[in-house]
Order: sequence, then C-alpha cells, then structure tokens
Amino acid sequence: MNQFQYTRPAETGTAIKALTKDAEAHFLAGGTNLIDLMKMGIVVPHKLVDINHLPLKQIQKTQLGLRIGALATNTEVAESAWVKEGFPLLSLAINAGASPQLRNMATVGGNMMQRTRCPYFFDTTMPCNKRVPGSGCGALAGINRMHAIFGASDKCIAVNPSDMNVALTALDAMVHITGPKGLRTIKFADFHRLPGEYPELDNTLQKDELITGIDIPASPFTKNVYYLKIRDRTSYAFALVSVAAALHIEGNTIKDVRLAMGGVAHKPWRLATAEAFLKGKPVSEDSFKQAAQIAMQGAKAYEYNQFKLKLAPNAIIQSLKMASGLAS
Amino acid sequence: MKKDAIGDPLNRVDGRLKVTGRATYSGEYKVPGLTYAVLVPATITSGTIIAVDTKAAQNAPGVLAVITPFNAIKVPGYQPDVAKPIKGLKLFNDNIVYFNGQPIALVVADTFERATYAASLVKATYQKQPFETNFHKNLDKGVTPQNGNYKDYVRGQVNAYKTAPVIVEQEYIQPSEMHNPMELHVTTAFWDGDDKVTLYTKSQGVVGSQKAIATAFNLDPKNVQINSRFVGGAFGSSLRTWPHEVAAVQAAKMVKRPVKLTLTREQMFTLVGYRPYTIQKIGLGATQDGKLIGITHESHSQSAIYEEFTENSVNVSRFLYNSQNANTLYKVVPLNVGVPAPMRGPGEATGSFALESALDELSYMLKLDPIELRLRNYADTDLERNLPWSSKYLKECYRQGAERIGWDKRSSTPGTNRDGEWLVGYGIGCGAFGAYRARTVAKIKLTPDGNINIQSAASDIGPGTATAMVLIAADTLGLPADKITFELGNSAFPPAPTQGGSATVSSVGSAVHDACIALKQKLNTLAGKAPDSNEQIDYAGILQQHSLPMLELTQESKSNDNAQKYSMYSFSSHFAQVYVHPLTGVVKVKKIVAVVDAGKIVNHKTASSQMIGGAVGGIGMAMTEEAIFDDRFGRYVNGNFADYHVPVNADIPQIEAIFIDKADPIINPVGTKGIGEISLIGVAAAIANAVYNATGKRVRELPITPDKLI
Ligand SMILES: Cc1cc2nc3c(=O)[nH]c(=O)nc-3n(C[C@H](O)[C@H](O)[C@H](O)COP(=O)(O)OP(=O)(O)OC[C@H]3O[C@@H](n4cnc5c(N)ncnc54)[C@H](O)[C@@H]3O)c2cc1C
Repeated sequence: MNQFQYTRPAETGTAIKALTKDAEAHFLAGGTNLIDLMKMGIVVPHKLVDINHLPLKQIQKTQLGLRIGALATNTEVAESAWVKEGFPLLSLAINAGASPQLRNMATVGGNMMQRTRCPYFFDTTMPCNKRVPGSGCGALAGINRMHAIFGASDKCIAVNPSDMNVALTALDAMVHITGPKGLRTIKFADFHRLPGEYPELDNTLQKDELITGIDIPASPFTKNVYYLKIRDRTSYAFALVSVAAALHIEGNTIKDVRLAMGGVAHKPWRLATAEAFLKGKPVSEDSFKQAAQIAMQGAKAYEYNQFKLKLAPNAIIQSLKMASGLAS
Repeated sequence: MKKDAIGDPLNRVDGRLKVTGRATYSGEYKVPGLTYAVLVPATITSGTIIAVDTKAAQNAPGVLAVITPFNAIKVPGYQPDVAKPIKGLKLFNDNIVYFNGQPIALVVADTFERATYAASLVKATYQKQPFETNFHKNLDKGVTPQNGNYKDYVRGQVNAYKTAPVIVEQEYIQPSEMHNPMELHVTTAFWDGDDKVTLYTKSQGVVGSQKAIATAFNLDPKNVQINSRFVGGAFGSSLRTWPHEVAAVQAAKMVKRPVKLTLTREQMFTLVGYRPYTIQKIGLGATQDGKLIGITHESHSQSAIYEEFTENSVNVSRFLYNSQNANTLYKVVPLNVGVPAPMRGPGEATGSFALESALDELSYMLKLDPIELRLRNYADTDLERNLPWSSKYLKECYRQGAERIGWDKRSSTPGTNRDGEWLVGYGIGCGAFGAYRARTVAKIKLTPDGNINIQSAASDIGPGTATAMVLIAADTLGLPADKITFELGNSAFPPAPTQGGSATVSSVGSAVHDACIALKQKLNTLAGKAPDSNEQIDYAGILQQHSLPMLELTQESKSNDNAQKYSMYSFSSHFAQVYVHPLTGVVKVKKIVAVVDAGKIVNHKTASSQMIGGAVGGIGMAMTEEAIFDDRFGRYVNGNFADYHVPVNADIPQIEAIFIDKADPIINPVGTKGIGEISLIGVAAAIANAVYNATGKRVRELPITPDKLI
C-alpha cells in the first residue's frame, strides 16, 4: 500500500494545523469519494486528517434560519424535521443522490467537495487537465454525454456531480470556512468556480481551509418546491440534468422564485435571469416555457450532449410545473 | 408420507446456506499458505511489449513473483507443436497486445493488498501500433465466420421482401452489454506435486474446466480436480475457461503455493466477455392482409482480432414465422477488443430485438394488431429444417399474455393513451430458443436410513439446479424431498454438460430421472416384484432384508434418434406496459408479463424466479446497459459499476411469469424444454414496442435512454 500518515484530531485548530504542514495532506470525512480516488491512484496522500471527531455534526435552528455542521451526514440532513419543514428542497435533492448506504456516510462538507465524475478524470491513463494540468481535456472531443453546456472552457467541460449543491445554491446558503488566517463566510454560489484556465481548482477553498458548516436563511420556499433529476436509471445514477425549483406563490402570482440546475456546468448553475423573469408572472405553463428559454441563453453543447439543449429547458418547465402544482 | 411432485414450489434446498452466508464460493475457500494474485492490464490497445520494469514491484513488501511474458514458465497447451493448441488469448506466452486491458503481468504476494500495490508499480514500455475499436468505421471489414455454422442462409428467393406490397426495411443496434454477475470471477489453484492440480473456480461447467486445464498443462484429466459448488451468477461469462484461470494455475506452479486470482470489477469489463455490439438489418415484406412474403435478416457483430466469436443472432428469422422466403447473413467484425462471450439469450436476444421490432413496425403500417399479425404468420412447422415441432404452444402464450397485461386497453394509435401527464403504451416481443439435451451421467446411492444421494458434475449458476433435481428424484421415487440430496459442481462426479443453452434440467434431469427408475427397478426386483411395478417401495426395508450396506448405481442418459425427427424449441411471448413522460423522456416500465412454453415446469417457485431474473436482464438490455468505448484510446469510458448502469430495484416493476406447463412428449422423459435463455429473449422488443405504442417514437438503438425520446 501507499504509506500515509493518519491523524484524528478532536479540535478544528489542530485539524487545520495538521493540514498546513503537508501539501499532500487531505481531510477525510465520510470517505465515499476520497477513498475511491485513492484506490484509483488519482489522489495519493501523504497524510489523512480524519475530521470525523470534530464537533461539526449539529443541525441547529438559528435566528436567520438553519445552521448545518460540515460533518452532518447527508441522511441526517435529509431526514431532519427542520429541514423537511423549512427547506424541503434540500431534502429532496439529497435523497435524489447516490444510495442510502452512501448517504449514511457522506457528509455536507464532503459532498460540497466531491470531484467530478468525468470519465477522463477518473481514468489515469487518459488526458485530463483537472487531474494533470496541461495534459489536455479528454472529454472535449471524446465521449461527452454527461458534460457541461454552460460556463465550460476549452480546458475543461466537466460538471459538478452533486445534487445537494444544486439545492443549496438555489436556497442562497452561506458557507463557513476556517483557515490559518481565521474565519470567513462566503456565498454558496461563490464557493464553486468555473474551470477557465485552471480546471484543477473545483472551488475557492484554499488548500489548508476547513469547511465548518453552512447557513441557510429562512425563506418562504416551504411548499411549492421540486427537485427533478433526469438520469439513465431510476436511482443510483448521476444527473443528465437536474433542476431545483422553489416558488413562493400568492394567489396565482409568482411572488418569488429560485431556480438552479445540476449536470450542466462546472458548478451548480443558478438561473438568475429566468428567476428575474418569473417574478410577478402568473403561474402558467407559458410563463415556465419562456423562463426555460431565457435560462438556456448562452448554452453550448458538444458532440454527445446535444440532447441537453432540449432536455434542460424541458426539465426546467417540468420542475416548475411540479413545484407549482400544475403537474403531479 | 408426503410426496413431493414435479411442479411443486419447493424452496431452494441450498437457500438457507445462501442467505446465512454459509455457502462457500470459489473465492472463499481457506487454503493453507494461500497467496494472492493481481493482474496488471495493458494501457495500450495494440502493439508489442518491449520490456516490463518489475524491479519496484519485486522489491515491494510481501511480493513472491511478478510474472510477465519474459519470465513466465511455458504453458504446454499454448505451444504450437501440441496436437490441439488452446484457442484464444495465450496470456504471458508472447509479447503481443491485442486489446486495451489485456493483462501484461501478474503479481503474486502474501496479501491481496500488497499484490494490488505492487501491481501498481509495474511499468511496461510498448511499441504501439494502430488499432481499430470503432464498429461503424470498420463495418466493411466484416467477414463470414470461419465457423461453418454461420454460412448465408436462403429459403426460396433472396430478398423476396422487396417484391411485396408492404415493406419494412430498418436497422437495429445492440450495443456491447456486460454480464456483470455480482460474484467476481475468481480462481484458487494449488498443485500437489507436478502432475496434480486442484481449482476452486467460478465455472458453469466443471467437466469443461477440467478438460481445459488438463489440456493447458498436459495433465491426465483425472489429475485435475475442479470445484465450483456455488456460483454467484454468470450469465454465460463462465462457460469457458478464461486465460486468467490458466494464469492462476501457472502462477501456483511458479510460486509453489496456492494462488487466488480475483478479477476486479473493472477487469470484468475486458476479460470475461460480453454481448457483442451488433448492427442488424431487417427486411420484411407482406401482403396487404399481413401475410409475410419474405424475411431478410443481416447481422454484423463485434469480434476480436485474436479469436473469432459467433452467435445465432439471425437464426430466429428463419423459423419463427411462416414465410416461404427467408434469407440471413451473418458477419463478424474483428476489432482490437476482448473477445465476446455468450450472454443470456445468446444471439437470439439480439436477433429477436430486431425481428420483433420490425414486425411491430409492419403491424402499424398494415394497421393490424401486432398479435393478429403474428397469428396470421404462425408457423405450424419449422420451415428452416422442414420438421414438425416437438411441441409448440405459442398461440396460447399470446392469449394468456394479452389477457394478463390488459392488451384490450392498448390504443392502436400511438401517442393517444394517457394517464395524467404520462403516455401509456403496450408492446409484445416473442422469442424462441433451441431445446437441447446432452449426455449426462448420474450416480444414485441409497443408504440404510432410506435416504438418497445423487451426484452429477452439473453446475448451478443460480437457477436452483439441485432443487429441481431433488424434485425430479422425489417425484420419480415417490419420496419426500427431504430424504434426497443432490450434489454438483465437482469434476470427480459423473460427467454432466456445462450449464448453458438452458439445457440443464433437460440433460441432468433426464439422468436423474433415469437413475431413479434404474434404482426402483433394482429394488423391485430384489423385492420380487415386476421391475416396473408402481407400488410404493420400502427403500430402507429392502436394504435391510437383503443385508445390504447400501445400493449404488450409475446411469447414463442421452437423447434418442426420435429427437432428430423433430424441431425442439422453447417459445416465449413477453408483454410490457410502459409509461413515458413526453417532456423529459423518462420511461417507467410499469409491468412485464412473460408467458413461456418451456414444456413441463419442474419447480414453479424457482422457475418463476428465473423468469423474473431474465426479465430484469431484459429491462437492463432495453433501458440502461451499454458499454461505451472511446475509440481514440480503445478504452471503455464507463467500465465500472457506477457508470455502467445495471438496472436497480427502482427500475423493476411487477413481473408476472406464466407457464403453459405442458410436457414436451419428445425431448426427454420429464418433458422439460428449458427457460434460462427464453426468459430474456423478446423482453427488449416488448419494451421498445410499448414505448412506440406510447409515444410514436421508434427507438432502434438500445438502450432507450431519456435523450432518445425528447
Ligand atoms: C457510486 C456513487 C454514486 C454517487 N451518486 C451520487 C449522486 O447521484 N449524487 C450526488 O450528489 N452524489 C453522489 N455520490 C457522491 C457522494 O455524494 C459523495 O461521495 C459524498 O457526498 C462525499 O462525502 P464524504 O463525506 O464521503 O467525502 P470524503 O470522501 O470524505 O471527502 C471528499 C473530499 O472532501 C474533502 N472534505 C471533506 N470534508 C471537508 C471539510 N469539512 N472541509 C474541507 N474539505 C473537506 C476531503 O478532503 C475530500 O477531498 C455518489 C458516490 C458514489 C461512490
């Protein structure tokens, strides 16, 4: 086996220090992504810093809404009564991902940090700028059925695979981060990044920083929500396209709306212009169709993912119909 | 005394062992001094290995050997000077790379983890050569197989369909599909001196494995002991002895210790076969009232450059329907890929998807109910061989299936049947698979406690072979099932055929039946009765009276000449009800009804389970399964269990299995025809046809993923 050190700190400060000293040290949470990457030789750590004993598991109500510790498992979050009641979109999204066994192990922080499922990233004999910067993008002219239609670069067209992230983006979550320089809090939407020239960077977290938790502000999106995930089998498959839709409806008018997509970009893809369009519009299939059209502006497909140009707007329409009750 | 009878839903005799984890599979035997072997796959797709740097691996902790083409001991059966050199890939015998993933080295270490790590340190240098893995680009390289069974077939006029007033001419694509049994392929091998070897290996036929290993190492087959008592699914992937199994035996010889070689899930995608990528052209011509004038079926199928693989994808079009004119063509396209293998419903599953889809297309052109179209072209005899059927109840299959699926609710205009937002569709797909019977020998033993033990070197890859054999014996002997044990999966037992082609119950069941009859005759004679007396036998009593410690006899059974006068097939008709969401292309298979004429059903419980399993396989073929190459690299991009989609529980609806359950009077004494393959053949077409009925969209390239329906 590749030799590596293993530490299991009990405090956040020690965990960060343990990481700072070594460039090839990694936090270990549920391990459902990291251990796979180690088995494939994609990550070869010198040190694993097991953070499972840090006190970051709580799900708490706060004045602003809900605070969820980075080590709360996906199952704990999805099944939390507070989440189900106040943020049902998050429950739906998490439960659309992976399998019960994986969700029991997976953590909020680990889910945010999970790497892309692009096959060229996963196969160490193939080129991948994300894995080996400068080696080329295997997907660009390869089998790119699962790949991005928004915000890609010629260096990388991979997508963020997470379902949870799509809901958290839609819900305007905030991320709490601790590092050697202290605490900082950023918008969830600013956590992940587009590939640009540096596809090796999935997000804006610095090497020695730890995600400690997220805040989700209370919102009126408690009833008319839906997470639509379209995939190649009914369960246990990553999204071809997914949509998190949340509506605040009064009478027949859309007072407020949140829309985000998964499976279409290097980061969870918030549909801000479509949201702006929908605000104040009547609940109708026509409004939804127009919003979907607006949302698709700037989309660009590759050889094998042309279908997403049609599937994505259709999914937006359907998710809004489901969220609003126009369909069931 | 309770008598168990053929047809009873007897629980699996090994069910308790299996669900309590006490059934020992090939990878679970604790052999003293066991070592662990891990294969190192090639990362090029064609060329030669110039050198393998094994230094780092050899120096890694716990490593006993790093075997490469440059230091491997010779496998005698691989050498060209032997009478019958082994066909296919000869691992570590030379330095040629034919496909990506072909093993170039084998590391043996004291633990699996250490072997895995050392394997990652092995580095090869290659001389690369150009290669071809793209099927479509190489279609023109298709050749008629060397295997003489695959010549062009013509009955009547070639392409007669073209002269008909109504014509369907279409192309259908079956992508490469992996067997992916839950149990990985694993072989544990150890030598006893220089001329005796024992294997625990995942095998569908221990006698075949015994012969293969004996040939490879130039041994007396008696000195090759193969055990494969439990197999965690195989679907055809263990019909043959694979090169890595030979390599395990070779490694055990080199390190002089027992060696266990387990493939990884990823290696299962390249080393143990698959249903080959196949493009089929179907031409159907019919009169306005739906009588077929001609059927043309042409198939191009993927094969490997180092070994030819063939299967019966076009055969079904020669006999299933009553067309005076029929012609078929079958070609293989050799590529830089691992060799395919028969996969459940081999050939016929692929073929019937094309034929049954085309027939469905014809029914809409004719505005004729698909069942009515099949009835109008019902084959009362086998026109291919010009023989009567031994038995055929396909009409009854249509009738019962239509009733159970609710065919009367089917709309004859596609896209018009709705349930809320969902489009509802119904489809039928039929199949046939040859009913075979091969020579089998069974040994039966009666002990003083009145118990019966039967042994035969049969296999059980999951259907419940032993359970079926116990029932046949119980019925024939007039004894309760719990007095009888049946042992299999051991090459020391009397020979039985490999478990394939749905022939086990027919072949081994006949031997068990005949052995029971022979035992009864012997006991009746001892008791002074007529040999064929049907009076209840006092099994223990007769032994006692004659002071016999036990009674044992061996009985051979094979088919008789009568069988040559008939055409013998199992028939199926599968029905599917699907819901399709028009906006998102999501398909829900809501219900499958499978009606089968497979002769007499020995055990309704395990047979139903087998039918359900076959339908699940058919749902995978229809809806989710496809191994995808990146032809620039010659590697699969989804060669793992996360990205290659085997159906999950959520994909599986209610599946109803119905048996006609009428004994075939010709094939064998019990009247069974076999269900293993037929359970899958026709399912994909039934689903694709239901999707068309729901949406008006014809998917001719499997699998039916959402993108194909929006
Ligand atoms: C077969 C399969 C199918 C799947 N299907 C889906 C799916 O459909 N949808 C979906 O959304 N997901 C899916 N997943 C992914 C799954 O959700 C992730 O593996 C999981 O969320 C990762 O969480 P973890 O706690 O196990 O992370 P780990 O594997 O422990 O860690 C992952 C990464 O995050 C880092 N990390 C962990 N915690 C922190 C922290 N607090 N601060 C900073 N860095 C941290 C680690 O260092 C590591 O780099 C699937 C996974 C598998 C294996």
